[in-house]
Amino acid sequence: MKKILATTAALAMAASAGMAEVKVGLITTLSGGGAGLGIDVRDGFMLAINQSGRTDVEVVIEDDQRKPDIAVQLSDKMIQSEKVDVLTGIIWSNLAMAVVPAAVNQDVIYLSPNAGPSALAGKGCHKNYYNVAWQNDNLHEAAGAYANSAGYKNSFILAPNYPAGKDALTGYKRFFEGELAGELYTKLGQTDYAAELAQIRASGADSVFFFLPGGMGISFLKQYADSGIDLPVVGPAFSFDQGILQAVGGAALGVVNTSQWNKDIDNPTNAAFVESFQAEYGRLPSLYASQGFDTANLLLSALETASPDDGDAFRAALSAANFNSTRGDFSFGPNNHPVQTIYAREVIKEGDVFTNKIIGVALENHSDAYAAECKM
Amino acid sequence: MIQERYLNALVLFGLIAVPLYAMATEELFTITLATRAVILALAAVGLNLALGLGGLVSFGHATFFGIGGYTMGVLAYHAQTYTALDLGLFTIEGTKSMPIIWLVAIILSSLVAVVIGMLSLRTSGVYFIMITLAFGQMFFFFTISWAAYGGEDGLSIYVRNGFPGLNTLVPIQFYGICFVILCAVLFLNARLAKSPFGLALNAARQTPMRTQTVGLDPTRLKLVAFVISGAITGLAGALFADLNRFVSPTMFSWQFSGEIMLFIILGGVGRLFGPVIGAVIFVTLEHFLGEITDFWHIYLGVILVIIVLFARGGIVGLLSGRGGGHD
Amino acid sequence: MSTVLIIEQVLNGLQFGVMLFLMAAGLTLIFGVMGLINLAHGSFYMIGAFVAAAVAAATGSFLLALIAALIAAAAAGAIVEMVVIRRLYATDHLDQVLATFALILVFSEGTRWIFGSFPLFLDIPGYLSGPVTLPGGIQYPLYRLTLIGAGLAVGLGLWALIERTRVGIQIRAGENDREMIAALGVDISKLYTLVFALGAALAGLSGALVGAIQSVQVGMGEPVLILAFVVIVIGGIGSIKGAFVGALLVGLTDTLGGIFLPQLFKLFMEQSAATNAGSAVASMSIYILMSIVLIWKPTGLFGARP
Repeated sequence: MKKILATTAALAMAASAGMAEVKVGLITTLSGGGAGLGIDVRDGFMLAINQSGRTDVEVVIEDDQRKPDIAVQLSDKMIQSEKVDVLTGIIWSNLAMAVVPAAVNQDVIYLSPNAGPSALAGKGCHKNYYNVAWQNDNLHEAAGAYANSAGYKNSFILAPNYPAGKDALTGYKRFFEGELAGELYTKLGQTDYAAELAQIRASGADSVFFFLPGGMGISFLKQYADSGIDLPVVGPAFSFDQGILQAVGGAALGVVNTSQWNKDIDNPTNAAFVESFQAEYGRLPSLYASQGFDTANLLLSALETASPDDGDAFRAALSAANFNSTRGDFSFGPNNHPVQTIYAREVIKEGDVFTNKIIGVALENHSDAYAAECKM
Repeated sequence: MIQERYLNALVLFGLIAVPLYAMATEELFTITLATRAVILALAAVGLNLALGLGGLVSFGHATFFGIGGYTMGVLAYHAQTYTALDLGLFTIEGTKSMPIIWLVAIILSSLVAVVIGMLSLRTSGVYFIMITLAFGQMFFFFTISWAAYGGEDGLSIYVRNGFPGLNTLVPIQFYGICFVILCAVLFLNARLAKSPFGLALNAARQTPMRTQTVGLDPTRLKLVAFVISGAITGLAGALFADLNRFVSPTMFSWQFSGEIMLFIILGGVGRLFGPVIGAVIFVTLEHFLGEITDFWHIYLGVILVIIVLFARGGIVGLLSGRGGGHD
Repeated sequence: MSTVLIIEQVLNGLQFGVMLFLMAAGLTLIFGVMGLINLAHGSFYMIGAFVAAAVAAATGSFLLALIAALIAAAAAGAIVEMVVIRRLYATDHLDQVLATFALILVFSEGTRWIFGSFPLFLDIPGYLSGPVTLPGGIQYPLYRLTLIGAGLAVGLGLWALIERTRVGIQIRAGENDREMIAALGVDISKLYTLVFALGAALAGLSGALVGAIQSVQVGMGEPVLILAFVVIVIGGIGSIKGAFVGALLVGLTDTLGGIFLPQLFKLFMEQSAATNAGSAVASMSIYILMSIVLIWKPTGLFGARP
């Protein structure tokens, strides 16, 4: 026993001596319309790095402006000039699709703090690609599962007409056992949902599921509340996130949404995270901030046991996911995507602030539908 | 004040020297930036043919850029997945060969330019600006919902396409290809402007009535210019896709049409090297301002406004002391 | 599909069209009088919405918020006109495009700098929220009806201003012959500033009104700007009447296309393929409409000048 301990200590010493510099490239959206999400991921990530007190981890941060071609160039820059060991930070699936395949093929580790396109979870999986957030379908699947448990029999479902939107409706339908009163694809970036609301009203549905990220969701919820339709609404967490809930206001009260994280998840890591994030940045952390925080902690935990220079050992350390996640239990499936519990949350008002409260579990230890296709 | 041709020579020298220096110092990203600038310059040189020479203010040149990009994307995607491209009547194999991709990109964007040109040239002035914008938007929304090729996610090509005898994965070699193409197109452009066609086109822009009375059809002249212009921008699109190894609907966006127009105005409308200088300056500004602040768009905007207000005739006009060169 | 649903959708299309008209009217007025292409028009829409949200949050009054939005957008318009735009009248469309494109960058990032990266909250006032029942049993949101009413009222006011007042005469004269009215002693630069501020105020008002049912966020003006351009091009640039007709056409096409095209495709396609193809064509529909109009009438429906 002693011997083993000694070896570990020696290893740890050797490791810390050998890895004077670990370079991490963080490419995320910091300017323009979608900047709120990127800023949260960055802040969460940097909070964990700073709390670790490690001075040997250098993080290079760049703004992709939410443009795929800029993101690709930045990743070229990170890999060619900065020679980073690890890349992370991308928010949007289309940007991830542009950056990740090329990066992981150049032997760079990519840790996804947000996007989880199905193409990278199934046949396109890669040993250097780790998703620390969710596979894109996950929260929608959980919404479908919640709808069953809530006794909904006839849902009206809608999402924007783009790949993530299609994944969303597919995910919901994969778990929802009832009928569909209607299925709609809206225009990407659409801001007026009057036409869709009229169809919902006329459809005879008993519940509504929607996936409309960002401003689209804000517009939809405000107009939904004003339309007088009083069917229960279910959706993934993206439209009920801390950052945008204040802009939706009372229109979101009582809506049930699915998320792998919430600020009231009861574990010490999460409590410390919520408190220190608020102290540091003066606002409540969002889902995205928690994902950035977890991503950094996963990285830090792997660095404790191995150096990125030793590829196999480092990947093994990452796969072990030996860190305290803000969402409690967290492990990786065979395709390096999370196996985690997804909760149903309800939007409430705490004093003047709109926020979420967990009301139950939607899916326990949930993996994803593509893991079987992944041959790593 | 510098004479315009010395300025041009200086730009060419810079486009050779900077990447070579970057290679020597192993600053590989500088080469990537230079490649981006050269390709964007090529797209703008294409637009400049329609805009500077033909007076056709097209706000939809992203259409051709996108078509070039998607030509590369679709062909390479089928080659990379070993599937055939089903065109209904017959199927064709994908390819990873740059020359073939370029040829197809040029042909397709020319064909589309013929159709858009014939329809759009019925209008003029602001209406022309807007109808070309409308065609760009149609392609943009179409590709977003075109699930077979990734929709909004776009298409990733894992390995850059090949060129016989070169290793395109080496940044400087790919840069060389793009630079040679840009030079060739600039040379053609210069010849074209002095050719009978170029002179007639110039006349058609300035005095359409008079051109008509001597038996030349201004609309046809403009259509030819529009098609050549579209083909060049299409070629640039194919190269841009190869630079990023990725295509997506943003290549069709109206903001991009605006950006290439911006390069030309920034550099100097109707000047041979105007678009090149504009693109180089824009890429440089974008890179260095982004380093300084998150809010770099503000500074970029202010700089652009100042250039428009105080440097008539663009940078070329300002430096060569012959401002107000365009009408 | 029931008649009630169709009527409701037509109302939705009208409401969308009327809001587009507020944007397009300013744009077309500015183009008609000064010959200026103003890409930054969408920024005034955004300014209106942000100022309204900020004032509503501070005072709790929606009416005050609207007034503040009007004033702020008009002031922003006047300042921009005096500092930048008035140097552009003599230049060609290209310089105008570049300069106003640059102004979008300044305004968007400036707004983000001041208000932060997250969307703001702006809600419908209590007395206008919720649905009302129309004849025939149609449930329709009161606020949207108000929007239709407000838009029509502003349109009427604009018509009265241009046709019935002294300023209106000057504006119309400015469209036809700017040298002449300058020679007649009208202070042309003051008139231009006024028209520009008026256009900006209309955009700001529309941003504030729409902001209450949509997301108040950076970049919200750009999609509307493109739509407004489509509207004025269809209607014929410089024509207020054209802008009105164009706005209604675009509003109805966009709204009804989104619903009926997928239904139409279902007649000869399998369900989910039809939904996909229908949505794809629907998102292109207004641009298709615009090109058809231009191919048929190269200067738009009511455009006079080539």
